[in-house]
Amino acid sequence: MKIAFTAKGTGWDSAIDPRLGRTEYILLYDEDKDTLSAIDNRDIEGVAHGAGTKTAQLLYEMNPDILITGNGPGNNAASVLKQTSMKIYVGAGDMTAKSAYDAYKKNELKEF
Amino acid sequence: MKEIVIISGKGGTGKTSVTAAFAVLGGSSIVVADCDVDAADMHLLLQPVVKKEEDFYSGFGAVIDYNKCVSCGLCANICRYHALSWEDGKYKVSGLACEGCGYCARVCPSEAISMVELNVGKLFISDTKVDSIMVHARLRSGADNSGKLVAKVKQEARQIAEATAKEFVVVDGSPGIGCPVVSSLSGADFVVLVTEPTVSGLHDLKRVSELVAKFHIPAGCIINKADINHAVTQKVESFLSQNNIVHIGNLPYDETFTKAMTIGQTIIEYQDEDLAALLKANWEQIKQLSTKERT
Amino acid sequence: MKVTIASGKGGTGKTTLSTNLAMYMAQQQAVVLCDLDVEEPNSGLFIQGKQIHQQKKFKRIPQWNKAACILCGNCQEVCNFHAVLKLGERVMVFPELCHSCYACSELCPVNALPMQPIPMGELKHSAAGKLSFVDARLDIGQEQAVPLIAQTLDYVDSKFDSTFLKLYDAPPGTSCPVIEATKSADLVLLITEPTPFGLHDLKLTIDTMRELKKDFAVIINRYGIGNDDVLTYCAAEGIKVLAKLPNERKIAELYSRGELIYPQVPEFAKQLKLIADFIVSKQRHSA
Repeated sequence: MKIAFTAKGTGWDSAIDPRLGRTEYILLYDEDKDTLSAIDNRDIEGVAHGAGTKTAQLLYEMNPDILITGNGPGNNAASVLKQTSMKIYVGAGDMTAKSAYDAYKKNELKEF
Repeated sequence: MKEIVIISGKGGTGKTSVTAAFAVLGGSSIVVADCDVDAADMHLLLQPVVKKEEDFYSGFGAVIDYNKCVSCGLCANICRYHALSWEDGKYKVSGLACEGCGYCARVCPSEAISMVELNVGKLFISDTKVDSIMVHARLRSGADNSGKLVAKVKQEARQIAEATAKEFVVVDGSPGIGCPVVSSLSGADFVVLVTEPTVSGLHDLKRVSELVAKFHIPAGCIINKADINHAVTQKVESFLSQNNIVHIGNLPYDETFTKAMTIGQTIIEYQDEDLAALLKANWEQIKQLSTKERT
Repeated sequence: MKVTIASGKGGTGKTTLSTNLAMYMAQQQAVVLCDLDVEEPNSGLFIQGKQIHQQKKFKRIPQWNKAACILCGNCQEVCNFHAVLKLGERVMVFPELCHSCYACSELCPVNALPMQPIPMGELKHSAAGKLSFVDARLDIGQEQAVPLIAQTLDYVDSKFDSTFLKLYDAPPGTSCPVIEATKSADLVLLITEPTPFGLHDLKLTIDTMRELKKDFAVIINRYGIGNDDVLTYCAAEGIKVLAKLPNERKIAELYSRGELIYPQVPEFAKQLKLIADFIVSKQRHSA
């Protein structure tokens, strides 16, 4: 399974970014290989309108099985992500990537 | 650190006066972010002293390099916004009409048009009179608020709050239901809706609460001027209970709000004990609601 | 003659003024009131008339033709608004983000994104005696007010000739929708409150009006509350203050119920007459 997180940093101890469209980084954890990689999305700060669709497109291309985030996608981003089989879990806005992963494993996050 | 966002949908409901009262009650434990940049009035109550300011760029506008322009008129032909016109012997761009789509720049045969980022205003970081930090902005006349500007104001506020270990970021949100208000809500822990019991107030409350529900953010509502129309107040109250929005409290129609504002004070400083007590109770409840674990 | 009623911040009484002024002036002459606050058109709540026309309003957006598309991705490349995305083997269009610039459509090498109309809102036209009323409402989820405002202005121009006094209720603020709503006006009435908030937002609106080179005058609402700073400012700047609408709790109560003010509050009626007389004198002057 590949699990993506919207995050404010590049490691397991980074806080989850509750925003999807304007998230600073996207973390990708590959459970099979046990590797964590980070994609820098901070360019999104320069986008006046349509940040949601742009980041959603990036996620579409990464195509993880699971996405863990805070508030969840807005309408436009949601319709992009609907084109994939990705499952989205929300409510991790206060957690670190690590604790969000643990919460997901314990079935404590809400599916969007 | 928790982020509390105060929004209203309709203008003139007293949102800024209520937000500023909370900012005074929160004092040095909070950072204030004014995202209502179309009518950024909170500085009139908190009297911030600007510590740092920077230009803010958002969106694009077309600029013609007349050394390269061959006056072919293709740009004016394809522009749907009538932003390019022939004046005084050359093609000119109307900054107010240009939407920054960049179509003209792409098709210009002599590459005379470039898209430049627009300087739309200024961003400020200031010290308020109640020993807190405030992030606010001022738009140039005719410039549009955007999700980007709101995100920037909020991000600065959050960073300051995290760096200085503050408990709350209190955000005066943008009006309406468009992109800026979506950006105001994004990342919030709790939303406070300020409304008034008028036919238009109720209508706008419904529209904006749809948006809040979509983001799964817990919300509460303050009904301002509640005694002006009891029938509509009851309608608002039943709407709240049906939609799982906490009814935080009612405030009376009271000119004291305006009197305090006129001398640059919030209700808390104006020493109207009854109103101040109501707002204090509201603020305590909001703090509690925003720190409650989400279910 | 075209008169636009505008205000910097919301909630200063713009709708109260425009509905009362329209009804009041329609006692004497043919008036059309047009609500351009297309995000939140509330004037209709105060005016009861007989509906005579209703139409959907459309904007044009690209529609993907899968059969023709060669998936080159040029459309996504040229869209500055992230409204067109190529996702794998498909192209998605996001209507709310689209500004109808036509770039993706006309620059598509195989014409796979023809522009098609989609509904963005609804226009309604009603009449009661000498008063005609036109308003337009954006559909939920639509974000761009300007195209609908432009089409509504076109509708009013095509249906009502110059014998009508045209009153426009503008959206609040100083951004693009307000500029669209005021750009063809002969006179702009700026309504404000005599408070620091009111003055601050009034100054911003005045800057915009000066930039647009508009003839404008100020009306103070809720006069008596607050202070005299708006009056002092207008005097210093040589700006005409046309009227001072009174501050009475009864007005707020009438508004909350959707009722007209001037038949029940004499001072309000008196001030409204000052505004009406000013408009009439302008009409004579331009005739």
